[in-house]
Parts: sequence; structure tokens; C-alpha cells
Amino acid sequence: MAAPGWNGAAGGPDADVLERLDDLLRRADAAGAVEADTFLVQEELQTVQVRLGTVESLKHARENRCSLRIFTATGSASATTSDLSPGALARLVDETVRLARVAERDEHSGLPDPGTLGAAAPVELDLWDDAAAKLPPETKIEWARRAEAAALEADPRVRNSEGAEFYDRRAQVAYASSGGFRGRFRVSSFALSVTPVAVDDGHMERDYWYTSARHLADLESPEAVGREAARRAVRRLGARKGRTTEVPVVFDPETAASLVRSLAVAVSGPSLYRGTSFLIGQRERRVGSDLVTIVDDPLMVRGLGSRPFDGEGIPSRRTVVVDRGMLRNYLLDTYSARRLGLEATGHAAREDGGGITVGYTNLYLEPGSWAPEDIVGSVDRGLYVTELIGFGVNFTTGDYSRGAVGFWIEEGELTYPVEEITVAGNLRQMLQDVEMVGRDLAFRDQTAAPTVKIARMTVAGQ
Amino acid sequence: MATTSPTARPEGFFADRFGLTPARLEALVGSAARRVDYADVFIEYQVAEELVLEDGVVKRASRSITQGGGIRAQSGVRTGYAYTDDLDLGHLETAARQACTIAEHPGESAVVAVHTTPRPHDLYRVPETPLDAALDAKVGLLRRVDRLARSRDPRVRQVIATLASEEQTVLIATATGWQLADVRPLTRLNVTVIVEEGGQREIGTFGGGGRVAFDFFLQEERWSRFAREAVRQAIVKLGAVPAPAGTMTVVLAPGWPGILLHEAVGHGLEGDFNRKGVSAFTGRLGERVASELVTVVDDGTVPGRRGSLNVDDEGTPTSRTVLIENGVLTGYMQDRLNSRLLGMPLTGNGRRESFQHPPMPRMTNTFMLAGQEAPEDIVRSVARGLYAVSFGGGQVDITNGKFVFSASEAYLIEGGRITAPVKGATLIGSGPDVLTRVSRVGHDLRLDEGIGTCGKDGQSVPVGVGLPTIRVDGITVGGTEV
Repeated sequence: MAAPGWNGAAGGPDADVLERLDDLLRRADAAGAVEADTFLVQEELQTVQVRLGTVESLKHARENRCSLRIFTATGSASATTSDLSPGALARLVDETVRLARVAERDEHSGLPDPGTLGAAAPVELDLWDDAAAKLPPETKIEWARRAEAAALEADPRVRNSEGAEFYDRRAQVAYASSGGFRGRFRVSSFALSVTPVAVDDGHMERDYWYTSARHLADLESPEAVGREAARRAVRRLGARKGRTTEVPVVFDPETAASLVRSLAVAVSGPSLYRGTSFLIGQRERRVGSDLVTIVDDPLMVRGLGSRPFDGEGIPSRRTVVVDRGMLRNYLLDTYSARRLGLEATGHAAREDGGGITVGYTNLYLEPGSWAPEDIVGSVDRGLYVTELIGFGVNFTTGDYSRGAVGFWIEEGELTYPVEEITVAGNLRQMLQDVEMVGRDLAFRDQTAAPTVKIARMTVAGQ
Repeated sequence: MATTSPTARPEGFFADRFGLTPARLEALVGSAARRVDYADVFIEYQVAEELVLEDGVVKRASRSITQGGGIRAQSGVRTGYAYTDDLDLGHLETAARQACTIAEHPGESAVVAVHTTPRPHDLYRVPETPLDAALDAKVGLLRRVDRLARSRDPRVRQVIATLASEEQTVLIATATGWQLADVRPLTRLNVTVIVEEGGQREIGTFGGGGRVAFDFFLQEERWSRFAREAVRQAIVKLGAVPAPAGTMTVVLAPGWPGILLHEAVGHGLEGDFNRKGVSAFTGRLGERVASELVTVVDDGTVPGRRGSLNVDDEGTPTSRTVLIENGVLTGYMQDRLNSRLLGMPLTGNGRRESFQHPPMPRMTNTFMLAGQEAPEDIVRSVARGLYAVSFGGGQVDITNGKFVFSASEAYLIEGGRITAPVKGATLIGSGPDVLTRVSRVGHDLRLDEGIGTCGKDGQSVPVGVGLPTIRVDGITVGGTEV
């Protein structure tokens, strides 16, 4: 039976799971692996979509994903499968060994040094909510309906909807390595979102809002989510195209968080050793104004990105990436750390193919002292950004140019909405030009930031 | 290989391997369909392999196997979807019951499914699937790419070459008894080059592929062109000046810049957004949405192309759909659900990333037909503007029609001549407006090399785009130079 085992009367996680991983490691050893590790995710998820009050779709799924990474004397390779039957696992080992013949390993590759592995995280992360298993679909449908109804009732201009969605997931993650590490943990997550469409003079604007949490009780009310989504859609009506100019730019918390995500790419190990980051060689140097402090904290209680250990079994710990403008740490897995002559920071994540990449956990910009309205108030003429679209970031050079939606600021006040404009600069300069940081930090997602003001960027429009 | 090769007899693959015989599948879907309007099952077995060369050697090799089945039941606008990664018949039956419970409502009987001849096209017949090609030959190719790229210019510091090969075997069965199987090969070679000069680094990327055999990369020296292009692009960017900011005339080069069509009009013409009335193109069929020089098609039947399919993921044969004809909006792209609810013809655009997702209307290969003009004349017609050759990704807001796409290689046009290369910049425009500004269309239609992946609602599918050289009178260029 391949399904996750926590549906049984005992309610606990699949006790056999670590034995199964041990068995896989034994097979890898017998097939010629010098070292190996295996990572298993078993999950169950459900998605409910409601549109204009009617259930449009309901999706239910169970999945397994087992990955195996092996190191032979000369090579290494990885593989994943969703089929956990003995025959499939035997094939997984054979395929991985076959691939390892063509992929060479170097002196930096291999499992983490035994000294870096340790006991699980010292704090109870509280990532599992028993309510996950008990929540009936009717309740999820009801929450989605309420969120959408609240959006439709909030303003007469909200006349259509792309729908509301309730999503929940339960997963068990287990890891075992030939180096002796064995660990597992469970997580649950819940999310509710709604995407209303506002109409005025034949022109349509959509926006959305969401709430997500590890525990059901931590979700915001459906009504609050719906009203905020409506407010965001309606305020975009009547948008004009801005003028081309150089002005101060204020990023709201959602878009400021995207700046933090861009930075995360540039400080991740593979970008650095491959030479694709504008922050190569900048460790222990000033990269931003002293208002910029960026932290990755996998140990946040109930955090959406929290986990006790990473994809290589390294126990989680808090990493200060930028401290008052000084770049202190990169985000590193074992291989990239060795390549760079540094210590792994516990940021290994498993890729689709079972290999290792680097990923952040709960990454945020520390709050400053300003009220967000005072930040806007400080701008005589400028742009307030509420949405960014497109992929216009060159992480190798830091060049930045993205589509934007927002409001024009005149004399410290938000005036009319603007769209079909771009904001451009260079991340290197933008970090230096952070002039004000708000005190409005809230963790809604794995990345978070307060309102941020950048002294000067180019806005392109008419 | 220990596994049955699905290519030989795709219809028999799931029967041989998982005991999912036609009769059992018919019973499975049939029991579901007695309770709802429509039901189908999508069974998938996909193997993907990736080899990555960096620092001169293949350092990463990975393989993933994904298998499972998704069962869909529809009543009116309601869709129930359940899937399992366990292809045991018992698990599929459980999934079928769940899907029905979700969608169930009393009333209408099962609709009669369209009967189709199995595999109406044969668009990607390959002597040997890219997955089955010898590993040594693949590694050898990546090494040649690396050596060639490094030999092109001493400023090359790093070469990352990736060869991805996959094979997706699918079986689609509906309640009325027709079943259809397809085996879809897909491969892509991608070359990324980092160059450095005086402390300045730049990146160049080029690649291509399709539903073709591994030999594709050896034919016409494609591998070497990919490597040379990646180096050339990176070196050009070393000398790039800041891009201009503001609205200006833009000439788009042929091929991959067709991503403009994909973002500006393609998504907005997908049936689901139009059924919901949330697209900037909703209700505009028959209206002029582009200059009369513009004819845009979505064509899933181009042999060997990355976006091509014999049948879509609901078993509908793919087709060539004219979306815009001489500037007039003529068609939407449909899956079964939206075609039924809108009372419009099926177009073979019902696609999904995998068994884990229900299908929705998606593009295949979307391109503009060729015009009359010589590309040189188009450039010569511009006094001051931008000539954009290559792009990174793009994105669109379906509802207000605003779209962006990011130029990764572009030049200034001054006095009708292509001059200085400029740094990457995002271009932004309005979908319903931008094609009305197309003032010249070249005779040089080209499809892209086979690199596109489109994301929608969390699902990624391979797509193609294409474009002749075109002149657009007014797109906002998001550079830094005011």
C-alpha cells in the first residue's frame, strides 16, 4: 500500500517509512554506491474552486515522491520515482547506478561531513495541525464561497470573479543517508484565496488576496480575505499609463518581498560558484544601505517555510544574509559550500530529479521604524508599486526591469492608479538606495518584507 | 532495458505493465459516467532524464519516473478530479468514485463523446526515442559543446550545457468506449555561457529541440550553432549600453520574439477566460483587434515541433486554428468543457502538465503568418527605435490585457541602421492594442528553436512560437535611460 500511513486509527505517521528508506540505501550499497541518501515526500492534498457561488472543481490527490542520490567511486547521479513498489525501487537503484557511470564527481561532491549532522531542531516548530485530516470538503467549499461572496458584496463595481480557492495539504517528509542520518517530520498547510474582477466603463481589472498558514486556526477569516481582494481590484480601476521619468519608488510589502526573492537567487550557492550572481566576492562587504537586514529563519514556529532539517539532513538554523547593509552569509548546500570554501548553511533542497539545489525557508527583510503612510508621505513625486510582472532580472549583472502596477504619488499622497509602465535600475544600486524601511512586516508567505522606499529608479511609460 | 518499450505498441503498454486492459478501463470510466454528464480517465507514464555539464564535465545526471492516473467527472460547470500515483485498478476505482461524488448532480445523461480515429496525426515518429539514445553519445555531445564554446573566445569563463530527454506515454479513455494512446518524445539542448572581461560578467543562453530524436542536434550542426550563438550573445552583452526608457518603435526579429503573440493575444484567446468573461478579448469575436497585415494561428500539427501533439490531453486531434485573420478576431482555443459550455468547436487545445492536473485550454505553436516585406527594409524604415532579437520570459494579465516580455538581446536603431547593443529591458504593452500598431510584416516567418515552456495556473506545458520580422509603432521599453 503506497498511500501515506497516517490515516489509520493510530493517527501517527507511517512508522515503516524509515525502514523502507534504509532498505533502499542497502540496495544502493549492494549495487556499488560508496555513499547514498534518500528523501521521501508523501502527501495528500485537496483543492476546492468555487466561482460565482458554484463549485467549479474539486481535486483530491495522494502522491509519493522518492528520490535517491548515489555516489560511486568515480561518479554520482540521482533519480526519483512515484512508484514505491519493490520492483520500481529496484529499477530506481539500477537506473541511478547506470547514470552515475557518465557523471563524474569531483573532490567537493558527496554527503555532508558527519560533524555537520546533528539532532533535530532544538525547538518544537509546530508545523502540523490535526485539523488537516478532519476538515470536511463541505467546510472548505463554504470558506471559499464566503470569501468570494464577501468580495462580490464589498463594492458594486466587483461584478465578476475568477473564483475562490481553498487548498490544503498534509505531507510527511523523511530522509535517510548512508552517513547515518535518519529523520522525518510532518507538515500541514492551508490556503484560501480569491480573485475578483472589478468593472467600470467597460474596463476590467482583477486582483487577488490570500491567507495561508500551517494551522487552520491561523487563517484569516474568509470575509477579511474577500474584502481585501475587492479593495485591491477596485482601486486599480481608471488606471492611466504613467510618464517616463526618474523618481523615488515605494514598494508595498508584497512587491518588496519579491525584491527579497530576487536577492535570494543572487546569494544562493550555485549562482555563486557558477558565476551567475552579481554578488560574487561580496561576502563581508557592504552591499546595501544600513537599513537592509535580511534573515532566513527555518526555525520560525508555525512558519510556512520552516523545517527541522534540510534536504541533506543538516539541522536548520537561522542565517543572517545581510546585516545592516553588510553581506554576511550566502545560502549554501554542502557542495556549493565546499566549492566556495565555506560552511554549509543548511539550505539544500531536493530538485524534481532528486538532485540538490538551494532554497530559502522563511526569508524576510527586517522591519524599520517608519509607518508606511509616512514613507509615502516623504515622496513629493514618485511611484507606489503594488504589483510586478515579468522576468526582467539579470542576476549575473543585477540589471532590473519589470512591468509594474501601482499608484502615482503627488505631494505625499497616493493619487491615481497607473499601469502599463516599467520600473528599472540595477539591484546593486537599488540595495544601496534603500532610503526608508517600514515597520509593517507581516508573514503571509515564505518571503516577507515591510514597505520599502528606493531613492531613485527609472519609470518608463508614455 | 527491463521495461516494455511503449513506442512499439502504445495501446498495449498500460495493459501489459499495469493490467489496465481496454475492457477494464471502459468499465472504470463507464461506471463513473452513469452518474455524470461526462467522464474520462488520463493515464500517464513519463520518464525524464537530464544531463548537466559544467566546469567541463558532466557533473549531474538525473532521471525521474512519474506515473499515475487522473479521473475527471463533469456535470454542468462542475468538474470533479481525482488522481492517484498508484496505477493499481483498485486505486483508480477509488479515484473515480471521488471524482463522481464531487461532480455529481442528478439530471442529464452522459453526453456522447466524439468518436475519433486513433492517432489522426503522426507528427513525431522517431527511429529511436531521445531517451533511448546512448548515454555516451549524449555525454560526448555535451563535451563537444563545452570545447567549442570555450574555443570561441578567451573571455568564456563557464559553460553550462544541459541535455533533457523525456518520453510521455498517455492513454485517454472516455465513457463511450473509445480509447487512445500516444507516445510523445521531447528533447532539448540548452547552452549557457558566462563571459568575463575586466571584472564585468555577462550571460548568454541559446538552445533548441523538439519532439525529435537525439540525432536532431547533430544534423545541420545544430549543436555547434547553439554553442556559438550562446557565446556571441554573451559577448554582445559585454558591450551593451543602457537601454532607453519610454514608448518607441520596435522591430522584432523573426522566430522566438513570437512570444509577443503568446502573451499579448494568445492567453486572452483561451476558452476558459472567455467563458468566464474575464479576458480583455471577451465578446470581441468578429471585431478588428489587429492591423490588417496580421494573421495569427495556433497550430498543433507542425511535425516534430515542441508544441505539437497528435492529440491533446483529452484525445481531441490537434488542429490549426486561425485566431486572428487579416486583423479580425476569428477564434478561441478550446478544451472539451469550455467548447461545450460556449457552444463552440473543439480545437484540440485541451492540455495538462501531467495526470496530477485536469486539462484546460492551452496554446500549442502560436505564430503570425508571413507578410510581403524584406526584413532589411523594415529596419531601414525606422528613424529611431529598438531592434529586439531575443527574449527571456513573458507574462500577461488576462483581464486588463497588459503584457510584458523581456528582451535579452536588443540593439538601437538609428537612422534606419542597427547600431549599439543595449542592456536587457522589459517591454510592456496592451494586448488588445499592440497588434493594431503592427505597420510592417516581413516575408521571413520563422518558428522558434524549440525552447518554450508556458505556465498557467501552476501547470507547465511545452509550447512553440513564431514570427516574421515585424515593426510595431509604439511599445513601452523599460530601460533606464530617460
